[in-house]
Amino acid sequence: MIRPLHPPKTAVIVGASTGIGAALARKLAAQGYQLALVARRADLLHDVCAEINQHANQTQARPYTHDVLDFAGTPALLQQITADLGSLDLFIYNAGAMFPSHAEKYNADEDIAMLQVNAAGAMAWLSPVADRMVRAKRGQIVGIGSIAGDRGRRGAPGYNASKAALHTYLEGLRNRVSRFGVTVTTIKPGQVETDMLKNAEQVRGPISATRAADLIWSAIHSRKQIAYIPGKWGIISLVLTHIPSFVFRRLNL
Amino acid sequence: MLNSNHLELSSAWGLTYQALNYVHRPSTVEGIRQVFTLAKENGRTVGLRGSGRSYGDAAVNAEQILLELTRMTRILDWNPETGKLTVEPGVTIRDIWRYIIGDGWWLPVVPGTAFPTIGGALGMNLHGKNQYKAGTLGEHVLEFTALLSTGELLHCSPEKNPEFFYAMIGSFGVLGVFTSITLQMKRIYSGQMHISTHATANLQDLLNTMEQRKASSDYLIGWIDCFAKGQALGRGQLQIAHEFTPGEDPNPQRTLSVQFQEPPEELFGIVPRSILWRFIKYFVNPLGMRLTSLGNYLMGLLKNDKQGLESYVSANFLLDYFPRWKETYLPGGLIQHQSFIPAEHAYAGFREILQTCHDYGLPAYLAVVKRYRPDPFLISYSVDGFSMALDFHVTRRNRQRLQEMVAHLDEIVLKHHGRFYMAKDATLYPHTVSTFLGETTLAQLTALKSKYDPQNLLQTNLSRRLFPQIHITTPNAQIESN
Ligand SMILES: Cc1cc2nc3c(=O)[nH]c(=O)nc-3n(C[C@H](O)[C@H](O)[C@H](O)COP(=O)(O)OP(=O)(O)OC[C@H]3O[C@@H](n4cnc5c(N)ncnc54)[C@H](O)[C@@H]3O)c2cc1C
Ligand SMILES: NC(=O)c1ccc[n+]([C@@H]2O[C@H](COP(=O)([O-])OP(=O)(O)OC[C@H]3O[C@@H](n4cnc5c(N)ncnc54)[C@H](OP(=O)(O)O)[C@@H]3O)[C@@H](O)[C@H]2O)c1
Repeated sequence: MIRPLHPPKTAVIVGASTGIGAALARKLAAQGYQLALVARRADLLHDVCAEINQHANQTQARPYTHDVLDFAGTPALLQQITADLGSLDLFIYNAGAMFPSHAEKYNADEDIAMLQVNAAGAMAWLSPVADRMVRAKRGQIVGIGSIAGDRGRRGAPGYNASKAALHTYLEGLRNRVSRFGVTVTTIKPGQVETDMLKNAEQVRGPISATRAADLIWSAIHSRKQIAYIPGKWGIISLVLTHIPSFVFRRLNL
Repeated sequence: MLNSNHLELSSAWGLTYQALNYVHRPSTVEGIRQVFTLAKENGRTVGLRGSGRSYGDAAVNAEQILLELTRMTRILDWNPETGKLTVEPGVTIRDIWRYIIGDGWWLPVVPGTAFPTIGGALGMNLHGKNQYKAGTLGEHVLEFTALLSTGELLHCSPEKNPEFFYAMIGSFGVLGVFTSITLQMKRIYSGQMHISTHATANLQDLLNTMEQRKASSDYLIGWIDCFAKGQALGRGQLQIAHEFTPGEDPNPQRTLSVQFQEPPEELFGIVPRSILWRFIKYFVNPLGMRLTSLGNYLMGLLKNDKQGLESYVSANFLLDYFPRWKETYLPGGLIQHQSFIPAEHAYAGFREILQTCHDYGLPAYLAVVKRYRPDPFLISYSVDGFSMALDFHVTRRNRQRLQEMVAHLDEIVLKHHGRFYMAKDATLYPHTVSTFLGETTLAQLTALKSKYDPQNLLQTNLSRRLFPQIHITTPNAQIESN
């Protein structure tokens, strides 16, 4: 039920069953958002919703089981979700996949799979989301990219490319929709302690998913265009992106 | 799946709330039927909308289908001898007066703006400044045809299907769609009226004067300076209008014409009306409003007991002169709190309301008082008494407090046996509504709803917010959660 002077704030998180997505769901719940949580693993999703709803003592989060590779089914699910929520203020595309990788590994199937989940899935969701937000003349789209998308490294060309594609897509989308009052925020986390990190080649001082969610929320709240999580990665990335390719190639990064 | 190309933003007229809706604007009855089919196939509900002049969420159906009747604009029949007029639901008040005035007719009841459609006007059963004499618009309906969500057409009049007739008018679009309406117009003998203005020292003075003058006046409207306190609480002015008697206007053809009635495109010669609101903007703040209110009061004193002539259009639709005035209230928008209190409690009730606004430090920017008589419809806001309508500017900072205050005002209204009007509402709660309408009335509405709209297709944000009991059997279980 919607009261005109106090309509509920509403958000969708795609990729909310574990890790950063689940932590963001808890964070947004604490901020009073009505939530639609999307992922493949129904049991995990239900647990996240149950925890939030129990804490709120009412239905605040609803689960939607979905594989982002089901491109054709995406618009209908979006329509169902918005009908259930009654509006859509904030949309977060967080679903992501990263396979274990190293400099000697060549696996086209995995590279393509990452491209599909990290970039193509984002396009399938964000295109209709952007369209409706432009019609509503407001709203915020958030894409969870990665510092890994800022350079192509010998260790993970597939993952790097998938995140770079997401970054560029988000940039283009921002340039397309910002004049209609819609914000597009690109989030670039460094390392975060989640299931995904198990697949990382090397782990250097990760932050917790809860901490990441706090920082991501403050970037969302201040309507940042691009935010590194935590902020120090912004400086590191600035340095890395200025290393000429012929030098970068010779560094063991 | 619904076609997202139909997604459009629809607002509460007061701009406090807006939502995306899948908007469809059919031009025929068959077209409406197709929209019903589409809704059923997709498990979605259908909200009805005319010109969207309701202040709150009465003509919004967030993320669902919105059926806008604004393309059903044909005048189906007009008899200048009898004054019987048959129209499609999207015909507006303005379309009507322009069509009939040359024959010496006017609408028996008009609201403060000429933009509402007849379908929307009857969805709310609107009233004018002559409610105490002419009743609501519904009382001038000779017959209508409604399309039910089942696809069936129902012909109704006070004699034919009377139960549905008296329920459909005023039930905010949840029972069916008006598709054709026959109304009785009223004869007028000039395009002008006699208008006089009288200053009133306080609330008691205003209500007393209205009571004394009502038998002899054709239209009455009181205006209150909400910034006045203490002894002067409720001070304001009263505007009285009298219509011309036959033969009184030596040249009625001149005044009974569209050219005479329509306001000039430019006010003050050079400033187009459409940008005037930008100037008014500077007055929509407490100080500006205080000055405007005081100015109006002083003008009232100056004009006191002076007579003048005014055209029907300028006397009735003054607000339409400033097409975008409501935008001065952006970004927060405005709400109107209109309460209807029986005559014997009106003074005590309105006094308490005005005082409460002062206590909260949120005086209204505009307050208007009118006189009423009861009407015979199931869903009715009318009383044998008065209404007071208060306009409040909504801001980010006052939003919470304003909602608290109007909830408090609602308590006062209920205490004085008062009622409310869905066309103006954005803030009521279901328990307030069930208290003033009564459980019997609600049970009747619920029974009619399940009989005539068994699949519960017709819903709006307002109906879900205030009448949860009539929507128990939703076609799609998840819809309720909105
Ligand atoms: C400046 C201003 C002054 C006003 N002054 C007055 C006044 O003096 N007196 C007064 O009574 N009201 C007044 N109103 C309120 C206004 O008259 C009502 O809100 C009226 O219903 C608006 O008509 P609409 O066509 O815009 O209907 P909408 O607001 O679009 O719809 C009104 C209701 O009718 C339903 N509906 C619409 N079409 C149909 C249909 N074909 N069949 C069945 N249901 C339908 C809708 O679902 C909705 O619940 C005023 C409003 C404004 C903005
Ligand atoms: N952890 C890090 O160090 C790090 C650093 C930078 C960026 N990121 C990015 O942060 C995001 C979240 O990752 P995480 O670290 O929280 O990892 P995670 O715990 O593995 O979470 C990934 C989420 O994405 C969902 N997902 C994956 N494939 C999906 C598919 N095909 N369909 C629907 N949902 C799918 C998962 O849900 P299901 O499996 O239930 O479907 C899960 O909810 C990812 O985009 C990741 O690239 C992570």
